[in-house]
Amino acid sequence: MMEQLPALLILILLLTALASPFLSYISGRIVRWTALAAMFAAACCAIGTLIRVLAEGTWHYSFGGWEPPWGIEYVVDPLGGGMAVLIAIIGFLVLVYSGPYLKEENGLRIGTFHALYLLLATGLMGMVVTGDVFNLYVFLEISSLSAYGLIAAGGYKAVAAAFRYLLIGTVGASLYLLGIGYLYSVTGSLNMADLAQKILLIADSQAVLIAVVMIMLGMGIKMAMFPLHGWLPDSYTYAPPPAAAFISGVMTKVSAYVLFRFFFYIIGAMNGPIPGALQVLGVAACLGIILGSVMAIAQSDFRRMLAYSSVAQVSYVTLGLAIGNVYGLIGAMLHILNHAIMKSCLFLVAGGVKYKTGEHGIEKYAELYEKMPLTMGTFMIAALSMVGIPPTAGFFSKWYLALGAIDKGMWVFVVVIAVSSLLNAVYFFRVIEQVYMRRSKKPEDTGKSAWKISAELPLTMLLPILVLGVSIVVFGVFNEQIVTNILQYALPGGGF
Amino acid sequence: MIKELLASHLVYWLIIILFMLGPFGIILQKNLVKKLMAMNIMQVAVIIFFLVLGQKEGATLPIEIHGLTGAANYINPLPHALMLTAIVVSLSTTGVALALLLLLQKKYGVLEEDELLRRMN
Amino acid sequence: MEYVVDYRPLWAVLISLIAAGLIMLHGRRPNLREAWTIMAAFGKAIIVFSMIPAVLAGKVLEIEPIQIAKGITLHLQADPTGMVFAVLASFLWILTSFYSIGYVRKLEEKHQTGYFASFAVCLSATMGIAFAANLLTFFVFYEILTIATYPLVIHKRSDEAVNAGRKYLAYTLIAGQLFLVGIVWTYVLAGTGDFQAGGFLAGVAASDTALKVIFVLMILGTVVKAGVMPLHGWLPTAMIAPTPVSALLHAVAVVKAGAFGVIRVIGFVFGPQLLNELGVASVLAAVAGFTIVCSSIIAMNQDNLKRRLAFSTIGQLSYVVLGAALLTPLGLLGGMFQIVAHACMKITLFFCAGALHATAHLDNVSELDGIGRKMPFTMGAFAVGSLGIVGMPFIAGFIGKWNLALGALAAGKPIYVAALIISAMLSSAYLLPIVYKAFFKKPVSSQHEGSFPEEHSGPKEHGEANKGMLIPLLITAAVSIVLGVYPNAGAHLYDLAAMAVQSMVEGQVIGGGW
Repeated sequence: MMEQLPALLILILLLTALASPFLSYISGRIVRWTALAAMFAAACCAIGTLIRVLAEGTWHYSFGGWEPPWGIEYVVDPLGGGMAVLIAIIGFLVLVYSGPYLKEENGLRIGTFHALYLLLATGLMGMVVTGDVFNLYVFLEISSLSAYGLIAAGGYKAVAAAFRYLLIGTVGASLYLLGIGYLYSVTGSLNMADLAQKILLIADSQAVLIAVVMIMLGMGIKMAMFPLHGWLPDSYTYAPPPAAAFISGVMTKVSAYVLFRFFFYIIGAMNGPIPGALQVLGVAACLGIILGSVMAIAQSDFRRMLAYSSVAQVSYVTLGLAIGNVYGLIGAMLHILNHAIMKSCLFLVAGGVKYKTGEHGIEKYAELYEKMPLTMGTFMIAALSMVGIPPTAGFFSKWYLALGAIDKGMWVFVVVIAVSSLLNAVYFFRVIEQVYMRRSKKPEDTGKSAWKISAELPLTMLLPILVLGVSIVVFGVFNEQIVTNILQYALPGGGF
Repeated sequence: MIKELLASHLVYWLIIILFMLGPFGIILQKNLVKKLMAMNIMQVAVIIFFLVLGQKEGATLPIEIHGLTGAANYINPLPHALMLTAIVVSLSTTGVALALLLLLQKKYGVLEEDELLRRMN
Repeated sequence: MEYVVDYRPLWAVLISLIAAGLIMLHGRRPNLREAWTIMAAFGKAIIVFSMIPAVLAGKVLEIEPIQIAKGITLHLQADPTGMVFAVLASFLWILTSFYSIGYVRKLEEKHQTGYFASFAVCLSATMGIAFAANLLTFFVFYEILTIATYPLVIHKRSDEAVNAGRKYLAYTLIAGQLFLVGIVWTYVLAGTGDFQAGGFLAGVAASDTALKVIFVLMILGTVVKAGVMPLHGWLPTAMIAPTPVSALLHAVAVVKAGAFGVIRVIGFVFGPQLLNELGVASVLAAVAGFTIVCSSIIAMNQDNLKRRLAFSTIGQLSYVVLGAALLTPLGLLGGMFQIVAHACMKITLFFCAGALHATAHLDNVSELDGIGRKMPFTMGAFAVGSLGIVGMPFIAGFIGKWNLALGALAAGKPIYVAALIISAMLSSAYLLPIVYKAFFKKPVSSQHEGSFPEEHSGPKEHGEANKGMLIPLLITAAVSIVLGVYPNAGAHLYDLAAMAVQSMVEGQVIGGGW
């Protein structure tokens, strides 16, 4: 059993996903509980895998007895393992949260929702554990297709957004496929470890250059790197809240992970076209951070604001890659973790407010803290973390990024990091002001009685929000533990 | 002449043109179905690219024929296998896209982008 | 210096944080809620005061460092410099707590739970700043203080308050980011950020330009909170906050955190010697000198009493900055003691302003004619505070200023002595007329008396402020006098300040020396 963990990680989710539509003919409850159990089991598997990987080093798992590079192998290293744990845990929490949303749906819709949700998790999980670049493409498409479906479940505007996402996303995936085609044509291999060895000799060739450009563009689209982010705001805005929370939390990060994997593990940060690519990445990241934040300020819909903020925040990850030294990479990885938690938390809060008030405009957040004190308290923490106020988690990813940038003398990046914190402060404090100060524009007499009634979310929705909120602070204070025990082993060079 | 050109870089240029038709169509076409078709063309370009990679002068299908030994006599089967998967992916993408378009068509009765956006708001 | 592991600094930080949680929990039971505040205030003071003997004996109490980022620790230690600030803040919090309860209950303020909870968090942050043993720890608490003060600034929830809050955040968050860049840069250059008396950047291989830029960044980060011109804009606006907030935070905790930060940066990061070589501190001294004079002139034109006090605060805080920037032992000592002295005196003045507001609903200087006859104790305390700010001997303010002036002479910069004298004259011009008006002018007979006899009879028939407000302000006035006569009274603050300065300039001969 223990030996098969990497496969179980995928299979549990995949099989449950496939079973969900059928189970839903029996009862919606059964689907829900199976899905929760599967997500929980996957989380346990992921944690188990990570623990073993940390203890014994990278875990190679070959499928069907075919030795790599011929067969497909799963390779779980601390980086991939950590990502898997993150995906599984966020996935589980958001799934718990989705309960009240699905109450009014009929059984079949519950079944398809869970099927898509679990497929999305499968795809993302597969992307981070696979050791084969084509296998990665397949998982990329699995996750993308289910994401299109999930997003489309949010109403007709969401359908249009999902279609646009589908077109652009497919362009991205095709570019990625072309990229690995080029790599295959010059190395004859699709196995990551094998590729890494063979590329060393030909890193300066044109084929590798083209491949890098294609993969960067492809993954740039998938991770909404500026200026390829056009699909993201609409998709995140109209997607159903649980889907938005999961997708925004981990999906773009996994694409960033792929870029990380290619640039720093497969090709190597010093080889061939990578230094140039990293420079481009750095410029795009700077623009993305600043413009994404500015666009976020201009929004009046809370989720749209969060969506643009995601564009900016993902750019932090690429910024870390562009910095490229130990601190920059730690900052990037830490920010993948932190931002996944913060953004999921914020989208869950947004969904909770929508659930209670049916509205998304920021002006509708007036006086909410009296009605939903716990939710709004958590929102406060997440917002402060986004701004980068210590000791929340968000501060420390910025800390490492700034450390790396200054260490390398990249002053533009330092300025961007500092300025973006302030921009984040502008748009988050706008909401905080609403939450804590503005009177809702109700007539005074009805308003007063309404304020007395606390309208906190149902427990299944509140609990995930609180867990994420607490972990923002915990991960902030104990980030050193994470860095020493997990992230530093995930560095390409292997630790400090 | 043509054979030589195809064997050198020309085929890759053709593939690039085919591929670029995709983004080109996605951006310029107003009709959503045409956008989808452009996307399909793009995927086909990638598939052809992989198949060309597997091609070899004077080699035959990778099915063992008695007496014909040595890898040089067979074309590379791996790209074909990969592309089977890619075709399936492309098929399902198209399926999902058509399902989305059906929904939009039912609700708004139109698939021209600007008209659709107008009716949505 | 002898280092002793002791967790009291950590408890001093945590106690009010825990209290903040309890306050939030018991928001619906005001008496219990206030009990937590009072208990935390006393508990904190006891913890802090109990550390005085050990620190006086030359020990530094420190906790085991907590790893918070790779190679960087969250580390608290009680050294003489921090003790001065911590003793001051924890002592004044007790008085402010009583005063707050009297004030908010009298005015029936809304959102009292959030008010007391934020206050407690602010005090935690202040303790953290005082006891921070390295730059990162300092910054963490510095930012917490920024955020925790925000709800207090916007307490009134009016548009004006919201705008004040925005302005406050704009200034402090921008400053925070600059400070952060400076801190990160320091860590990159020196590999450490641990405060070390006399500075740790001296031996670092870095160009003078880099060091100068770091200095500017850090000083910008800290002086914004200290309200040094031209970065003072937020402080008068933030006077929209309830008066106890202005009293403790905008006269003691927040602004002094900024001034304290300047001392930390100058004395413990760069060190007077290195700064002497770099020559950047003289610019800071010039800015501080300018602020001292200029703010006093502006203060004269303010009719709103709290705004007038705010500008006075801006000027008085620059004394601290000036003292540190002079880089002479006496200047530093004067600056350190000015933190204490100004806190006691200014909190008295703000308490009086709050008492006037809550009891007589008077906010403007022009309305204060004859108020001293109705509220003799309040205005008496106000007179003490005013004289102290002016710099009368035997009130605390004089000791700080005397040392400052000596320090300026020792540094060979008599122009700052002139600035001090001008400022003293100006402050007597903007504070003493209030006292004069209150006691010697006849109350203006209200013209409205005829038109609204019933409604306005309430506020007119007030007497002295209620005890919750009166007693704290009398105590602070008394403390101002006691510290003026015997600066070591009670907490040995003068000795602590002297020890702190000694540690900063140990083995260095700068300017005139002792």
